[in-house]
Amino acid sequence: MLELKNIRYDVDDNKGRVEILKDVSFTVESGKFVVITGPNGGGKSTIAKLIAGVNKSTGGQILFDGEDITEKSITDRARMGISYALQQPVRFKGIRVLDLLRIAAAKTLSVAEACEYLSRVGMCARDYIDREVNDSLSGGELKRIEIATILARSTKLSVFDEPEAGIDLWSFQSLINVFENMRKEIKGSSILVISHQERILRIADEIIVVADGRISKHGPGSEILPELIGTQSAVNSCDKLIERS
Amino acid sequence: MDNIQKRILEEVADLHDVPEGAYNIRANGESTGRRSTANIEIISKPEGNGIDIRIKPGTRNESVHIPVVLSESGLKETVYNDFYIGEDSDVLIVAGCGIHNCGVQDSEHDGIHRFYVGKNARIRYVEKHYGEGDGTGKRILNPGTEVYMEENSYAEMEMVQIKGVDSTERLTTADLGKGAKLVVKERLMTHGSQSAVSVYKVELNGEGASADVVSRSVARDDSYQKFDACLTGNAPCHGHTECDSIIMDNGHILAVPQLEAKNTDSELIHEAAIGKIAGEQLIKLMTLGLTEAEAEEQIIN
Repeated sequence: MLELKNIRYDVDDNKGRVEILKDVSFTVESGKFVVITGPNGGGKSTIAKLIAGVNKSTGGQILFDGEDITEKSITDRARMGISYALQQPVRFKGIRVLDLLRIAAAKTLSVAEACEYLSRVGMCARDYIDREVNDSLSGGELKRIEIATILARSTKLSVFDEPEAGIDLWSFQSLINVFENMRKEIKGSSILVISHQERILRIADEIIVVADGRISKHGPGSEILPELIGTQSAVNSCDKLIERS
Repeated sequence: MDNIQKRILEEVADLHDVPEGAYNIRANGESTGRRSTANIEIISKPEGNGIDIRIKPGTRNESVHIPVVLSESGLKETVYNDFYIGEDSDVLIVAGCGIHNCGVQDSEHDGIHRFYVGKNARIRYVEKHYGEGDGTGKRILNPGTEVYMEENSYAEMEMVQIKGVDSTERLTTADLGKGAKLVVKERLMTHGSQSAVSVYKVELNGEGASADVVSRSVARDDSYQKFDACLTGNAPCHGHTECDSIIMDNGHILAVPQLEAKNTDSELIHEAAIGKIAGEQLIKLMTLGLTEAEAEEQIIN
């Protein structure tokens, strides 16, 4: 389904050339739920952006269903079947939740159909469908709408960048349920999630640990998770709250 | 009506055929179709420069369409349309003006709409302005809207200038009585070397009156926009005005929100923001499958 081959990503900053990703290769097979974890600043979000086409790699190749997409635009990749949920969802004044879901689904969804996607992310749909995707929504609400847009697209590959970031504990519980359900209904598609959350790591078929721009571990979830418990790569939600306070 | 006129009618009033309910269609300075209903009467003014629309008290769930089409180059007209909305009624009013000018002379329609909204009455007013045609003559629209609102009345006004209008000077005034509520949603897009000025003067005169005047606009190419909204609180009241503009290319935008309070219990707020389209908004829409141009269109529409 998705293959990254020897991916490099360098940026220039005021100290000179910085290597963000040094030689990253992995494959996400069809029907798999794969979680990328690892310490902050290790390059995880960069991988998600390179897959979606938001950033362009400085070396290596990305293949999607066997086709080289390394030089393809964000739009081309989206149309080929890659979805990407941003870590920090974007706000849009003047665009309603319904409009965003319709764009995502690429058709004129009925209100009932759009409501269905919102219900699946634990939102009382009627309260939200006509609201604008603006500052009046909380971080947790935006995050759930972001995930609903990915559900509405229902593409072959869905990439989620830290879905748990910036949301409250209550929203977090329902978010985990959303991912557990996605895992059950995965069928021929694949899901790639960047997360530190133990409960998301627990449902992973495979776990990839990225640190300092390289893959340090990659294997079945059942093998890798026990090695991560108690480290920064697999925290539970309470630890995260303590860390913030 | 010819094909050009029909197409314009579709742009400004979403009409493919004659509308249901009461209507008056004005094309090139003349009424080309009219229907009154049992509750809504449309009468020509004796001076011949407009119409009176009288809505009986208690009229509910009915609509009035009064679109205007100009397809002759060089036509200039000023039209007065007065709406008398009876107590306890609840109606939809759809106006709109489209100009097709492929000649060298300027075409201009200045529509003055006066609304007398009776006690406890509710109206929703939708107005779209549009211009087209490849002539050098300008397409000019200068609408004047006056709203007089009695006790506990409600008016929602959606005023949209889609594109193609070279010059517009819009003046909206409102006088709100006790418990009256006015909601204005203005959307404006200018391009080329167009100029658009929109002025609001809202007087909150009765206790518990409230107004919410929101403008969303986009200035592209070398166009100029001025948004000037003044809310005056003369009684215990609530007022909010907001101007949110997207600037592109060599656009020029002037936002002048103003508040004036003459009563210690008037609560008035204004917000104004001008900025370009955020790159992250374009990226998000592109990840949903839109091209960059489609994403831009989505944001500004």
